[in-house]
Formats: sequence, C-alpha cells, structure tokens
Amino acid sequence: MTTFLGIPSVGAPVRSSPGVGHLQGSESFPTAARRALGDSQLRSNIGRATTTIRGKRARVVGEVPDWEELREAGRTLKASTMARLPELLGQLEEQVTAAGGTVHWARDAAEANAIVTRLVQATGADEVVKVKSMATQEIGLNEALEAAGISAWETDLAELIVQLGHDLPSHILVPAIHRNRSEIREIFRREMPGLGTELPPDLTDEPRELAMTARRHLRRTFLRAQVAISGANFAVAETGTLSVVESEGNGRMCLTLPRTLITVMGIEKVVPTWQDLEVFLQLLPRSSTGERMNPYTSMWTGVTPGDGPQEVHLVLLDNGRTAVLADEVGREALHCIRCSACLNVCPVYERTGGHAYGSVYPGPIGAVLSPQLTGMTGDAVNDSLPYASSLCGACYDVCPVKIDIPSILVELRAQHVEAAAASGRLPTPEAALMKAAAVSMTSPFRWRLAQRASRLGRLLARGRDGQRRIRSLPPPLSGWTGTRDLPEPPAETFRESWAREGRS
Amino acid sequence: MSAAADGTAAVPDARSEVMARIRSALGEHPPVVEVTRGYRTSGEHRPGAAELLDLLQDRLVDYKAGVTRSTADQVPATVGGLLERLAGGGRVVVPPDLPGDWTAGADVLRDDGALTSAELDRVAGVVTACAVAVAETGTIVLDAGSGQGRRALSLVPDLHVCVVRADQVVQTVPEAVARLEPRRPLTWISGPSATSDIELNRVEGVHGPRTLEVVLVTG
Repeated sequence: MTTFLGIPSVGAPVRSSPGVGHLQGSESFPTAARRALGDSQLRSNIGRATTTIRGKRARVVGEVPDWEELREAGRTLKASTMARLPELLGQLEEQVTAAGGTVHWARDAAEANAIVTRLVQATGADEVVKVKSMATQEIGLNEALEAAGISAWETDLAELIVQLGHDLPSHILVPAIHRNRSEIREIFRREMPGLGTELPPDLTDEPRELAMTARRHLRRTFLRAQVAISGANFAVAETGTLSVVESEGNGRMCLTLPRTLITVMGIEKVVPTWQDLEVFLQLLPRSSTGERMNPYTSMWTGVTPGDGPQEVHLVLLDNGRTAVLADEVGREALHCIRCSACLNVCPVYERTGGHAYGSVYPGPIGAVLSPQLTGMTGDAVNDSLPYASSLCGACYDVCPVKIDIPSILVELRAQHVEAAAASGRLPTPEAALMKAAAVSMTSPFRWRLAQRASRLGRLLARGRDGQRRIRSLPPPLSGWTGTRDLPEPPAETFRESWAREGRS
Repeated sequence: MSAAADGTAAVPDARSEVMARIRSALGEHPPVVEVTRGYRTSGEHRPGAAELLDLLQDRLVDYKAGVTRSTADQVPATVGGLLERLAGGGRVVVPPDLPGDWTAGADVLRDDGALTSAELDRVAGVVTACAVAVAETGTIVLDAGSGQGRRALSLVPDLHVCVVRADQVVQTVPEAVARLEPRRPLTWISGPSATSDIELNRVEGVHGPRTLEVVLVTG
C-alpha cells in the first residue's frame, strides 16, 4: 500500500485537498446510516425509485443482443485510456486549443474553483447557469462562486429542487430522489416567489405541473445568462470534442445560448477516439435512466463561429485522481461513467440513501471512489465507506464498464486495516475477541463459564421497541455492533438443553 | 524540478505537475491494454430499409414524438398540416437553407444568424432537416448542416418539426457515429425533452421543445 503523508515530492500523486468540496461527510457511514434508516419517508421514496429504475434498465439492456461485448469494449477502452493518460490528455488539449478553446489545469478543488471564478469575473457577469455536473459538486464550485459574489443557478430540475431546498443531492442521476411531490411543491412555494417567479395559488403537486413551473422559472434565466458552467461525460482526445448527456434540455440551453462556456472535467473522462463514443453512447443511457437513448446529447468542439458560445474553456481536474491511479487495484474506480446503475441495485444504498455516504459519490462506486480520492488515514470519516457493503456483487453485474467493485472494496478494507495498524490503532476489538475466544475454548470448564456469562447479554437486549435485540455492546465490542444488531442470547445453551432433554 | 537562481524551488505549473503525477502513478511500465470490439458495428438491415423505418417510428412514438409518413412531393402539405394543427398558424423559424417549398403557406421567419434568444422564444415552432437517424434508439441527429441551422433554432421554440429522409435512417449507433463529422456541433435528439426527477414520473417537455414531430419521407 502507498500512503501519501506530509509534503509529497513534486510529481507524486496527491489526494484531494481536505476542507474544500464535498468528498467527505462529517460523520462515519454507520452513524449516518443509522439515522437514515429511521426515516421511513426516505426509505420508501428511495425503495420505490430504485425498484422502478432497476426494472427499466433490465428491460432495455435485455433487448441489446451484444450487451456483454459492449461492456467488454467499455472496460478495455477505459483500461487502455488510463494507461495512456498523459498522451491522450496532451492530444485533447492540442485539439481543443486548435478549435479555438482554452484549456486550464487544476491540481485540486481550490485551484479549479479559483480558475473558474477568475474566468467568470473576466466576463463581468455576476451569475452563471449550470448543467448538472458531478465534478463541480465535488469541488464545491457553487460555494466558491457565491463567496466571490457570483450566483450559480442549477438548471437540472432535481438539482434545482436540491438547491432551492438548501439540501444535498442523494443520488447521482436523480439527486432529489429523497423528496416526494408534496415536499417539492412546498420548496417551490417557499423559494420561487423571492426569485421573481410568481406561482398560482392553486399550484398542485402533480409532477407535470411542478415541471412546468420549473420551466417557467428557468426560462428567463436561460435567456439572460451570459456564462454557463458544465461538466462533461466524455471528451474525445482525437478531435477535442466534448459531450454532455442529458434529458431535460437544460443542458442544451446552457451549452448553446450563453456567450461563454466553462467546462470542468476530471482527467479520467477522456476517451481516445471519436469512434469510441459508439460504445459509451450505447452503455450509458440504458444503464443510467433505463432508456434506449437519453432525450438529448450535445457535442461540441471548441468554438463554432456563429453557433453557440464564442468563448469556450475546459478545466482539467486532478483533485486526488492521480492518487487513485497509483493504486493498481483501486484505479479501476476511475473507469466509472457515472451511470448510477450500481446505486439502484445495491441493498445497502436502497436502505440508507445517498446522504449516509457523506460524499457527492454515493453507493457502491462512491464507497470505492471517495475514500481513494480523500485517502484513508486509519480514523478518517471515509475509512468507514469500504465497509458499507455486503459484498453481494450486484454492482459488478450491472456495471456497464465492468468495474469489479467488490474486489476493490476488499482491497480497501485490507488497506484500511494496515493504515489503522500503522497509526497505532491495533489491536482491534476483533483481535481482542479472538484472543478471548482462544482462551475460553482451551477447556470444557472455561467454555461452560463463558457460555453462562453470555447469558448476561440478555440484559442488554431488554426493552426498546419490543424487539429483543442487542443494539450496542460495551467497548471494546462496540465496534462490532456499530454496524449490526445481535440477536438476544438464548436462555439456555445447547449443552444445557442436551443435558435436560437427556434426563427426561 | 528545477531550482530557481535565488536558490528557492520553482513552483511548477499545474499542467506539468498533473502530468508528472500521472506518469508517477502509472510507473515506468504502464500496462498495455488491447481494446476488444466484439460488438455489432452495423445492423442486419441496409440504411433506409422498410424494417428500419418501422422500427424508428415505433421507437419515436414510444418516447412520445409524433411521426407522419410522407412522400417527397407531399412534404410541403404534410409540414403545413402539422404547423396548422400544432402551431395554430403561428410564426415558425427556419434555417436559411431549408427548401423553400417545405413551409410554403406558413408564416416563416428565415434565420439570418442575428435573431436573439428572446426573439426565438417568441416564435411558435421550427422546421429543420437532419443529418442521420438511428432506428434502434429512436434518435435523430442534427449537425448544423444542410437545412438544420444553428443549434439555438431547434432548441428555443416549443415545437420542432424535423424532416427525415429514408436514406438517412441507419439501424445502429455505430453506423450513425461513422456518418457524422465530430467537429461539427452535434445534437442527438430522442423524443421531446423529458424529466423523471419527481418521484420518477416521466414528464415530457421541460426546457427543450415540448413537442417533437418527425416527418419520415419515403419514395
């Protein structure tokens, strides 16, 4: 395992900058998950949504005769891209520049935010419209712009709901999946009038009516905006072509109408050739929204005179990605095309929702990506993420680029134990427990004593909501019950039953 | 890393720093990965085959786009009928090079490149041609080429009537990618804009044109 502590030598991969952006929450996964599990509204919203998308995905994937061949092509394309990253990024930069665009490089979130802020300020604009983008959420760009006095308007409907609700996204694809229609109506009623959109007093919570309200609210913003900020789903090194895949048309509005377009993209999003898009444009929509093709995909190459933005920027972001790349097992997490299929099949995500992961990347892919981007120190909040899985493997089965998430989870757990040991946090409770078990199993007498002692556990299982389960053990065993409940120990041991039944 | 003349370390620029990090992460011998392309690069039907037109129509209708079949000489009447029905005789914008007879009789504004977004927001619809269509996915692609105009035209108005010639219809995504020139601005359109953001209920028509009508030209 490689750790990056202290001041790295120049050129050594570096983790994302702590304190900037949204890659790590404030509490560990078990703590956050426990609270989420108590929210029955959240669980029912998420359960219904993930079940629906799973069904849609399965139907449209089933109709593609060469789905496995496409997945294998996607996997090998991504692996090949990572191995050729310096050459491909150089080519991308050259092509974008030749087409009239400007390329910027950012080592971390703070640097990317500073670059974008400077570019917006240079246009004289005090507001920007934004296309939903994981990269800009990751770096906390909206907060950075606000701090510089620039309003950043999210234009994806779900992102708008999240922004107006002063909330955090809970799903990569449908960020407001945790909100139901009546909550959304309340958010609109509370926030939109203050932003200049009058709402009819009899506004219902019909999804169509709410969507039309959002259309009306945003159209004025689109028509006046001078600067747009986007992410990119793909960037073609061969031609310098950038691409955004979307549904609502807010992306097209942002990518077409403003004079200036700034795209922030992780360095791993590059693909080698134009032809490669034929693979990803088949894999992504079916895996993501469960559609044969998403309603709109935009592709642009630098500046086209007389058509669309006349000033085009591309910010290439590291922010911990090179540290992920340095791990021969973990680097596969960089192949992710952000479809969110793994979230929808994950039994853990389905019950906890996205907020429990603390990072903008939730679910199985988040559990492998976030801790690698931020680094695991032995006691960091993200150290808990590799354990947020039952290792059932459903995520691997649906991944359109065949990322072996379970294997990375296991590798990261091993690395975490090593990191904990290195920082002096061993012996672990598990180690202490095994030692105690070894001692009690050395004689029948000791074993009987230990079993009787376990009956004391029945005291711990008393009370609480009528269910007799042990929810927390005292230290050092509290770590074990931090992520699971224990059944109440039986009143009688097997040996005791055997002896009693034998006598009668 | 080079040292500056005064003895302090020079700060490398972000580009060299990120590139150096990547090279260091990959090590001296990055894996050589062969890309396998075992997937279909073309379908069983030739472009424009009757089966493909049926498939395209089925997929478009599935995503709530309207489809009208027309012969080449009936295009003006078909487009006129759609505009009458859906734009209520309102003004429509067209690209500068759209065949004039396609919109004969309609109140037409020909784009000269100077129309503002606000002006486009006041027209009822737009009529364009397309570059290619994908039957399996129900997709039409605009590339700002002949009869298509700049991207804003097919985005801001609320009705988009798109005329697709049979020979432009291919079966698979790879066939469409092969026909397109990546350096042109491209818009892939599969049905009218849609959102599923509220409890996953699909609502057609958000920010892009709420109505998409495809005229499929055969013969």
